[in-house]
Amino acid sequence: MTDTVITAGHDETAAEAAERAIDEKTYGFWIYLMSDAIIFALLFATFVVMSHNTASGPDSHTLFRLPYTFAETILLLASSTTLGCSNAAIAAGQRGRTLTWLGVTSLLGLGFVTMEISEFYGMAVAGAGPSRNGFLSAFFTLVGTHGIHLSIGLIWIVLLGCEVTLRGLNPFVVSRLYRLGLFWHFLVIVWIGIFSVVYLPEIL
Amino acid sequence: MAAPPRLSKMPISPRRRQSTIKGYLVGVVLALVLTAIPFGLVATRALRPIQIFVVIGIAAIAQAVVHLRYFLHLDLKPSSQNKLIALCFAGVVLFILFGGTLWIMFNLNYRKM
Repeated sequence: MTDTVITAGHDETAAEAAERAIDEKTYGFWIYLMSDAIIFALLFATFVVMSHNTASGPDSHTLFRLPYTFAETILLLASSTTLGCSNAAIAAGQRGRTLTWLGVTSLLGLGFVTMEISEFYGMAVAGAGPSRNGFLSAFFTLVGTHGIHLSIGLIWIVLLGCEVTLRGLNPFVVSRLYRLGLFWHFLVIVWIGIFSVVYLPEIL
Repeated sequence: MAAPPRLSKMPISPRRRQSTIKGYLVGVVLALVLTAIPFGLVATRALRPIQIFVVIGIAAIAQAVVHLRYFLHLDLKPSSQNKLIALCFAGVVLFILFGGTLWIMFNLNYRKM
């Protein structure tokens, strides 16, 4: 990860040029998030279409537990908050506090991913794996894709934590942290969709 | 021509110093309320199922807006206009793909009955 070579135009200072480059990267990342949203929308549509194709498999009332899903949701909301705390620490230029909050965020995210994996494992052991019926295939694809995204986000947090430790809070590191925040908060929004479309209606 | 400045040594610009903890806390409180409402309704079954579905849908959309506003810092200022346009375009594509898929598939289902 090297700093991009930026040439300032005639009317702008080097600082403005750097600012513009960072804004452009952020916008490009935003476009990526929108395309990711479309992937998730199609997985949601697939799930809704398949949700009745249970082939007399296990009942969704026995598969999903409301307190478990609620705990996962609280973990993700808490991780959003701690990421916000790290953003405030970045704005104040405090490297140590930034690292602490990034660490707490990654632990909360790890807790979520662990809960999800243990849920998947429990379902697979109970004979409700992805190959059981169309409903479960769609469920595992949708929730699993979200889980993989979050796992990549976790790796990203660790890598950026290393970069903050080694290089400090320079504008490029800060802009990477900002894009990490966009990615993470976006995934929390996707999770809102998952508990509203998958878990709550199925439990009801 | 002067040597290019060391960009990595430059201070963070004032424009990026705006994120405060207060905005996040407001967002978290709203998000918790909007999470508690649908979970509480499903746990207690206080309303008829169709009414609960409607409340779940409204709470989800409201919470997505809260997250966009307080966590992703999307607002109506000119600085986030490009993002807003991209979001609206994605929204249209999303609506066509999601709504269209459900329409076609359930219509097909209905005709094959």
